[in-house]
Amino acid sequence: MKPNLTQKGVLIGTVVLICLVGLLCFRKGLDGKTQFSFPTSITALQQNLEDRISLGLDLRGGMHLILQVQVDDAINIETDQLSDRLPTLLREQGINIQTVRKTDASHVQIVGIPADQAGRARDFLNDTYRSGYNIGSLPGEQGGLVMEMTPTLAAQIRQDTVRAAIDTVRQRVDALGVSEPTIAEHGRGEWEILVQLPGVDDPARVKNILQSTALLEIKLVKDGPFSTEADALARSGGILPVDSMLMQETPGARGADAGPPAWYIVTRSSVVTGRDLRSARAEINPEAAGSYQVSFSLSRDGASRFGPFTERNVGNPLAVVLDGRIQSVANIQGRIDDSGRIVGQFSLETARDLALVLRSGALPASIKYLEERTVGPSLGADSIRAGLTAIGVGFLAVVGFVLFYYQFSGVNAVISLLFNLLILMAVLAYFGATLTLPGIAGVLLTIGMAVDANVLVFERIREELRLGKSVLSAVETGFDRAFVTIFDTNLTTIIAAIFLFMFGTGPVKGFAVTLSVGLVANMFTAVYVSRAIFELVLSRQQRATTLSI
Amino acid sequence: MIEFFKEPNFDFLRWRWHWIIASWVLILVGAVSLWVRGGPRYGIDFKGGTLVYLKFAETPNLDRIRAAMRDAGLSESTIQSYGRPESNEVIVGTEQVGHEDEALDAGREAILGALRTSFQSPADKLDLNNSGTDSLTDALLRFDPIGLAANPSEAQTRYREIAERITDFRDTERGGLVRSFSEIGSLEGVPPVVATTLEQRAFLSPFVVRNVEVVGPKVGQQLRRQALLATALALAGMLLYIAVRFRQWVYGSAAVVATFHDVLITIGFLSLFNYEFNLNIVAALLTLVGFSVNDTIVTFDRIRENVRLLRRERFYALVNRSINQTLSRTILTSGLTFLTVLALFFLGGEVLKGFAFTLVVGIIVGTYSSIFIASPIVVGWIERGRGVGGAAATKGG
Repeated sequence: MKPNLTQKGVLIGTVVLICLVGLLCFRKGLDGKTQFSFPTSITALQQNLEDRISLGLDLRGGMHLILQVQVDDAINIETDQLSDRLPTLLREQGINIQTVRKTDASHVQIVGIPADQAGRARDFLNDTYRSGYNIGSLPGEQGGLVMEMTPTLAAQIRQDTVRAAIDTVRQRVDALGVSEPTIAEHGRGEWEILVQLPGVDDPARVKNILQSTALLEIKLVKDGPFSTEADALARSGGILPVDSMLMQETPGARGADAGPPAWYIVTRSSVVTGRDLRSARAEINPEAAGSYQVSFSLSRDGASRFGPFTERNVGNPLAVVLDGRIQSVANIQGRIDDSGRIVGQFSLETARDLALVLRSGALPASIKYLEERTVGPSLGADSIRAGLTAIGVGFLAVVGFVLFYYQFSGVNAVISLLFNLLILMAVLAYFGATLTLPGIAGVLLTIGMAVDANVLVFERIREELRLGKSVLSAVETGFDRAFVTIFDTNLTTIIAAIFLFMFGTGPVKGFAVTLSVGLVANMFTAVYVSRAIFELVLSRQQRATTLSI
Repeated sequence: MIEFFKEPNFDFLRWRWHWIIASWVLILVGAVSLWVRGGPRYGIDFKGGTLVYLKFAETPNLDRIRAAMRDAGLSESTIQSYGRPESNEVIVGTEQVGHEDEALDAGREAILGALRTSFQSPADKLDLNNSGTDSLTDALLRFDPIGLAANPSEAQTRYREIAERITDFRDTERGGLVRSFSEIGSLEGVPPVVATTLEQRAFLSPFVVRNVEVVGPKVGQQLRRQALLATALALAGMLLYIAVRFRQWVYGSAAVVATFHDVLITIGFLSLFNYEFNLNIVAALLTLVGFSVNDTIVTFDRIRENVRLLRRERFYALVNRSINQTLSRTILTSGLTFLTVLALFFLGGEVLKGFAFTLVVGIIVGTYSSIFIASPIVVGWIERGRGVGGAAATKGG
């Protein structure tokens, strides 16, 4: 054996070994980290393999969602708070204005500033809000100012909102116990989040859980209930006091036959909110058989406010508000320190889901679903079966034909083909790529392309033999000449695959990944490995005069 | 040595005008089909809307489903059976119900509601065929057939095991549909009392939802734009590469023209056979682009090599010789790839059918075009530029 060939053998052997070990000798530990585990039985081997090659949603069933965070909600909240704060802030400076009004999400107008205080008001606002707002005169109105949110602040708020939404969604998904979820910003710059939940088979529930804003507030009820909004307004003379607001009940909050949802006048500010929660859980409602409630406990900070507050307000009604709707109203019986409950028409499931979303915190803005794909587990099972059958049959057909047509050299082609598939699988496993249905199609095409490389080489060798060259030199020239073509063809396809990967979405990506990995492996197996095998065989039989090709 | 052709020597270029006319005819046929059908039949990926894939226990009565949809005010919905006839599968699709993205769920709910009404599904019972493992576990916890209420944590694990056993049986062995409760009763690991309880408090709906796809209209637009961008860039990238490799724009241009020709004909065929145009099809078209360019490059590579070796030969004869030399490779590779794609077409399942069809057509057209379209363009161009009979006109790279 030539030393050259030994080196080749060592290199090839090493690659095979690395691929086999990487593919078969690792598994996920209980902590979710990958760890070494030498398979000692066929089942262990199978398990390791299943651990390493993760199947896409289309093969094992699950949900694919694209959510859009309504980031403008957060901008609205910001300017709402600003217009709430401004009158008090200005009054503290000795400036008495007429009113503050919000014209759209990013503009707040201040109206009726007395002429002698206008300059001071402007300076004060400039000092306080310079970083976030542009302040100018309100055209056409004496003593008016307009504050416009700067694009920088708006962009900042949008970014933060998306990030916070991703965190909340992740916490909820984790609480659902979904294994290997994908939750990531979706790269179209439109505040989208991609959520992939393998194995989830109750899509409606999951979507509700992810979407519920879960903003919990506890407020003091000042008056109510009223049957209509107009009644409530009439009670306070048509205009609500600044610190109060109107709120409606959740439909059916007091039972299905309690009539239409009532209106209450409640305090604008909340004693405690969802942020003050330490935990929440579902339990049986002791007062109503068969119904459930959510009990919660408050953080130390929340409790230090809630305790004194309830003591002061014993006998007054308190409202538990969820996402802007009153969930329940109850009179305060005595001082409550750190716990409370939300009662309503809950079943075990709805109470448990509410507890879950309360624990994971409120979403900073509402979300909309843009895209949903749910693959049922039975369809996934069918797809795997069909995909594997197609690969198997396609592979056998190709192998059968190559062996028939090229005889001994066909064996060589089959070896390099198998080798190609091994490398492909190992690389997929290494990068944690998932195998999808289009990915399987990619594997099949890789088989086609890999055979193409072999065919190119073999046909070339045949041609050289026909020209009367010796076996050794025919093999040599055949590989050399065919290499240029193989390189060109593989590279052009890889170029196409790269663009597919960069600009394609979802299924197209999976296809691009397997195809390009397969093609790169192909350059190695069809040229390097296949040639080494030829050389090995030819070195055994010196002065070979015939070649089975 | 087994060979298809012994030293083939066909004059491929002689009939080039006939081939080019034939291609135009094929392109025209496709264009007419597209025109008659009013453009490609965009799938949900590009159009937006709702698709619900259903499997029925018995041969579904499409008229009944159609009537159910009409009664629910969904007269615009498309209903078609799917897959092999014995698998009893139907796809029900609606265009975007309501407007904008708010109504993303409305389509699905409307379709399912209409079906439940039509099949008189009892509202107060658990729909066993359409329940996930979680819902089934919850239901069993509520029914508590074994009487484990005293020990909640044991009840949770025990009922989850049973629920998993049932759903696993349903999904992997029964294709998603259990037809009678006795099947559950005879399952190992499921106590008979569970089966009898389920028989009383659950029902086996005659259909199951296998797959749901909902795409908002905005997303559809984005996906369409992205697909076009990916295709255009991939084509441009390959054109550039070939032009650089062969140091002459005519090779790159000829390859791209041939590829374009393949894509046009294939799209025409997709329309002719009424296949839906979706993301998978785009992937298949791009694969076809890669394949077709491959084929063309193999021939061009040979031309380039021969230009260096045979400086005396007339370019026309030289190209003919190159095509003949690579002929057996072309036939073999195309044939083998065709075999794998055919396997995909017949065995790969419904989801990949359109994908496989695109490649089946594409491989035939792609092989044909590298011989009969790409090479004649190069010959025509170079012979015109250098005068007919100009020997070995190009310098290889």
